[in-house]
Amino acid sequence: MKSLEEIDEIRARVKSELELRVNENAQTTEKHILVCGGTGCTSSKSPVIISNLNKALKENEITNVKVIQTGCFGLCAKGPIVIVRPEDVFYALVKPEDAEEIVKSHIMEGKVVERLLCKDVDQSVVKKLDELNFYKKQERIALGNCGKIDPEKIDEYIAFDGYKALEKCLFELNPDEVIKIVSDSGLRGRGGAGFPTGKKWSFTKMAEGDQKYVVCNADEGDPGAFMDRSILEGTPHSVIEAMMIAGYAVGANKGYIYVRAEYPIAVRRFQIAIDQAKEYGILGKNIWNTGFDFDLEIRLGAGAFVCGEETALLESIEGRRGQPRLKPPFPANSGLWGKPTLINNVETYANIPQIILKGAEWYSSIGTETSKGTKVFALGGNVNNIGLVEVPMGTTLREIVYDIGGGIPNGRKFKAAQTGGPSGGCIPEKNLDTPIDYESLGAIGSMMGSGGLIVMDDSKCMVNLAKFYLEFTVDESCGKCTPCRIGTKRMLEILQKICDGNGEEEDLDKLEKLALNIKKASLCGLGQTAPNPVLSTLKYFREEYLAHIKEKRCPAGECKALAKYHINPELCKGCGLCKRNCPVGAISGEVKQPHVIDEDKCIKCGACASKCPFKAISK
Amino acid sequence: MSECKCGNTKENNELKEILEKYEKDKSNLIQILNQVQEKYGYISQEAQREISEYLDISMAEVYGVITFYSRFTLKPKGKYNIAVCLGTACFVKGSEKVLDKVKDILKIDVGQTTEDGLFSIEATRCVGACGLAPVFTVNDEVYGKATPEMVESVIKKIREEEGK
Amino acid sequence: MINLTIDGINVSVPEGTTILEAARTAGIDIPTLCFLKEINEVGDCRMCIVEVEGRRGFATSCIQKAEEGMVVKTNSKDVAEARAVVLDLILSNHHKDCLTCVRNGNCELQKLAQKYNLTDVEYAGEMCEYEKDIESPSIIRDFNKCVLCRRCVATCKKVQKVGAIDVANRGFTSCVSTVANESLNNVNCTNCGQCIMSCPIGALREKDNTKDVWNLIKDEDKFVVVQTAPAVRAALGEEFGMEIGTNVTGKMVTALRRLGFDKVFDTNTGADFTIVEEANELIERMKNGGTIPMITSCSPGWVKYIEMNYPEQLSHVSSCKSPHQMFGALLKSYYAEKIGIAPEKISVVSVMPCIAKKFEANRDEMNVNGIKDVDYVITTRELARMIKQAGIDFVKLEDSTFDDPMGEATGAAAIFGTTGGVMEAALRTAVEKLTGETLKNVNFEAVRGNEGIKRATVKVGDKEVNAVVAHGLGNAQIIMDEIKSGKADYQFVEIMACPGGCIMGGGQPIRSSKERATIDIRKLRADCLYSIDEKSTIRKSHENPVVNKIYEDYLGEVGGHKAHELLHTKYAKREKYK
Repeated sequence: MKSLEEIDEIRARVKSELELRVNENAQTTEKHILVCGGTGCTSSKSPVIISNLNKALKENEITNVKVIQTGCFGLCAKGPIVIVRPEDVFYALVKPEDAEEIVKSHIMEGKVVERLLCKDVDQSVVKKLDELNFYKKQERIALGNCGKIDPEKIDEYIAFDGYKALEKCLFELNPDEVIKIVSDSGLRGRGGAGFPTGKKWSFTKMAEGDQKYVVCNADEGDPGAFMDRSILEGTPHSVIEAMMIAGYAVGANKGYIYVRAEYPIAVRRFQIAIDQAKEYGILGKNIWNTGFDFDLEIRLGAGAFVCGEETALLESIEGRRGQPRLKPPFPANSGLWGKPTLINNVETYANIPQIILKGAEWYSSIGTETSKGTKVFALGGNVNNIGLVEVPMGTTLREIVYDIGGGIPNGRKFKAAQTGGPSGGCIPEKNLDTPIDYESLGAIGSMMGSGGLIVMDDSKCMVNLAKFYLEFTVDESCGKCTPCRIGTKRMLEILQKICDGNGEEEDLDKLEKLALNIKKASLCGLGQTAPNPVLSTLKYFREEYLAHIKEKRCPAGECKALAKYHINPELCKGCGLCKRNCPVGAISGEVKQPHVIDEDKCIKCGACASKCPFKAISK
Repeated sequence: MSECKCGNTKENNELKEILEKYEKDKSNLIQILNQVQEKYGYISQEAQREISEYLDISMAEVYGVITFYSRFTLKPKGKYNIAVCLGTACFVKGSEKVLDKVKDILKIDVGQTTEDGLFSIEATRCVGACGLAPVFTVNDEVYGKATPEMVESVIKKIREEEGK
Repeated sequence: MINLTIDGINVSVPEGTTILEAARTAGIDIPTLCFLKEINEVGDCRMCIVEVEGRRGFATSCIQKAEEGMVVKTNSKDVAEARAVVLDLILSNHHKDCLTCVRNGNCELQKLAQKYNLTDVEYAGEMCEYEKDIESPSIIRDFNKCVLCRRCVATCKKVQKVGAIDVANRGFTSCVSTVANESLNNVNCTNCGQCIMSCPIGALREKDNTKDVWNLIKDEDKFVVVQTAPAVRAALGEEFGMEIGTNVTGKMVTALRRLGFDKVFDTNTGADFTIVEEANELIERMKNGGTIPMITSCSPGWVKYIEMNYPEQLSHVSSCKSPHQMFGALLKSYYAEKIGIAPEKISVVSVMPCIAKKFEANRDEMNVNGIKDVDYVITTRELARMIKQAGIDFVKLEDSTFDDPMGEATGAAAIFGTTGGVMEAALRTAVEKLTGETLKNVNFEAVRGNEGIKRATVKVGDKEVNAVVAHGLGNAQIIMDEIKSGKADYQFVEIMACPGGCIMGGGQPIRSSKERATIDIRKLRADCLYSIDEKSTIRKSHENPVVNKIYEDYLGEVGGHKAHELLHTKYAKREKYK
């Protein structure tokens, strides 16, 4: 147990110790080597880098350098990332075997390891993280602590104003005032639908009930989105603090965080954070003698996308199949075990402490008229700088794709960006200047979603992409209501038929009619949005569908059944490799003469094209 | 109903240990199942029966919950579980081809285990290494920037090590 | 009162009324499929969607409440199109072999398809394929027909609290399943058949024994005796379009004779034996410090339930066989002797409101010297089918009476078919036996009605007997937990597996969700039995002259050796999962 005074003392002490993390000119003989411990970098062996660094430091008897495992820096494409502070030298794509050199050259000799410095998209060498174009248009609020602190040390969180917002709420603000700040900030739910957070809090506060709950939705299911995971991995205490503030505001003393079991690092770090907060008396009974109690528990999901839907999540916390409940009643009135329950997602919570500390006005000054603050996106797909970005609302897609994302690799052309995952839509090039906010994205047939942003180049078939999302939805539909259970399956069947080259023109009308009715008649958000990928691609890429149907051709060349392999006689050297690798004997030709493919025999397996050393075979 | 063959006392005791960590509260079902899945790699019928009794939930409901969540399996996975990420970022970068290759080499489908019990295939949604897309994992080992050739050589290496 | 407009009609309904109910008061029929009042109110099927002005998306009218000033459109263009698509999708994954389906003509889905004039399935595609489960002696499951309304699951789980079935898998492959998709026969199913009663279509049905019975009738070597349970006469008419609660005893007897049964007897006579034996058993237990409370044993679903769930409490259960088993045993002993036909040549067919009786008749204990008490059990529904097959115009039949000498029965036996009836009948006998005085009023109102658990204290001379009546296995569980925890302060308990008792048994005519929501079916059928009781000249089992004569001539003492051999049975612990 720590008193407020003791916590203040920790804050002051650790803050000065950590000066070198934020101030390049900090007067210190110490150095901190920060190594990204996010899931991406961990997958590429950052834990081995850490142990190698420690080993090298020990072997060389260096004691004034600490190796710190941090949360995600954001630029996953360049991972594993290592940063040396205070001088702020940024090493990219570091391998475990580079650790020794970093210690010997950089630490011992003061010589930056040039070959490990990061190259920007334009091939210019960048020494400092924030010199990268990737970071220039970003504003990190929710991700503020990620890459800065050791998420497994509560002291470091406290040092950077951690739990100060809670203190302010408990001692200076009454619940209504807290809710007013949140309302005035304009913060809206970051889970996808964008419901005003303050309103949600006030509904839960007004709801009658002796027991209320606060729930954090960390069931980030959109495939290709990892914002929430990174926040939990990088700054778990921000979420704990925010949930406690929420509990204080709505009158709840018990919280649950529902996390995907597939996020082991996040789960582990969050548990450590809970334990530390309990040890400090921040979580528990009569916190800081204010009479406020708050207890927090982790509940693991088990692999069901639909559990990201708030009522399905509640069912799952209660130990059942994650099948959504009909709304109304809304969780604010009847949630966990029928009690008033506040549910927000991780990113929403992560903004709260900053909003409380810096004020509603500060937060609402960022963003657009209707969408305030920042939004974190997981930028992925055919874009150079894959990673996690946090931008002010109103930033255009073009800025994200080209300025932050560094554009499309391999000299290919931008074709579409997809936001909102399986619930969202595809955005074509003509809408690239759309500012990112809830309303604008909705207007062009997509949605903000939780923050997945997948970029696709011109080699991607939009029909196939729609099919991919539908496969996902069919797989993840809970099966409760008819339109989603059977309707999405029928949509997928029609898409499959089109991709197989058996589509008929009337299929598009059928598909559209089915899609619209599934949207209207489904029980929950999953079903109501599942047709979006189809509807948006039908809207913007209808010709591509028609090419599949009328010309039996896949313009992007992705649909296997429609692929027509063809040997370019100009490039073919007649080596015969394709002929030998064709499993059905569809290729004929004399040695040193151009070969030909018999289309009737060809099964479109692509073996010939992948074996051709001269790239003479194309689809 | 076929009897579970794993019912040796050691496993039963381990299962009891897991159960006793939790209160007899129905809402603990998924937490317990997660632990059992992690411990044994699947949830046996015997385990289902114990859990059903411990929490006083009918076996049909326990079964309903297990079959709802994709993380839970009713059969043991292979010694090497190859999970190919089909998250959007990986899909866009061609993970389907990697998956097709695995299926082709092992001659089994997603969710199945090879006859020798060595391999099983899983299609996962985002392992969280989008920067490395496309990605597949073999047990806990992550392989990034994957290609069909890469997965082929990984399988070949495992087979050699296992002498098969 | 709440005032709203539905399709332009002003409606005024009490607060808490759903949009669906409000529309019904205005004569507007919103279609439903998954809705089963108070049991399955989940809004899954999406047939009942309506438009509410100013609201985004459709409202689910079976759940959502009417609100002041609401403007509802139940059949707007959007609603009609969405509903048609939903129905089309349901049909696209439903085996449409209507002609050979037991529910042909009594299928809620068929009615919807007719109503919406579906001529083709627009969104045809892959269908789920399942193997039929035919192993249970009582229930056949054919999930190729299942539309996943989950009414059966809710009934099994929430009403009966058995949970033999639940929804497994997810998405398109979701299905109603037992654990590991085992046969119902191998899991904790009690064979109560309430799932069948809740199924809107033909995915669940009873195991049909009509062919076996036809074969018996045609077998010239067999002397085939049929007996009918009290509840059958109160419901059989429904299968022929008659009003719910019509007493069709006379027509039923005529029809049975026309079908070719050699003798037509009344299980009610058996019920009188049960009461005499059971009242005696209760008195003996109370006097001699036997296990108290004693619980009735007439309901085979209940018996299987306690064997599986509370085996350590089995000594509470009366050792009396159920009425039709007692009667079967007597037919193949006393009656066989009397008419001079070898018991092996006599076949007994029971017409029951119950499908668990099919299981019961095949229990190992249910025989005397290797001869089964009852050969076949058919349900009310199966009898109706046989009557139809025989080309009998049931409604126009003349009345006739049961055969002598086993046909005489009391009013007490008639009310066996409804919850509280066995208790009331037993009290009439037990009180008189204990006090030696004649009851002034034989009606025990406290044990009548639809309360799930009814508790009554009955004065017996200077003593008091506490009695409890529970119906529906969910309520049985509450009582069993009281007994288990030692909280029971009562001496006699009646438990019926089915909510409402036998009149609502799993073998009775199946009524639609709408009828169940708008008509008190249980009360109408129960009233029929109470009226038979009222009109009876003899209303106490121990005053039945036939019963008394058989004790005198054949059985000897009540609860004596012979009676035990023929009329009593035993129970054993049963594994829930094989």
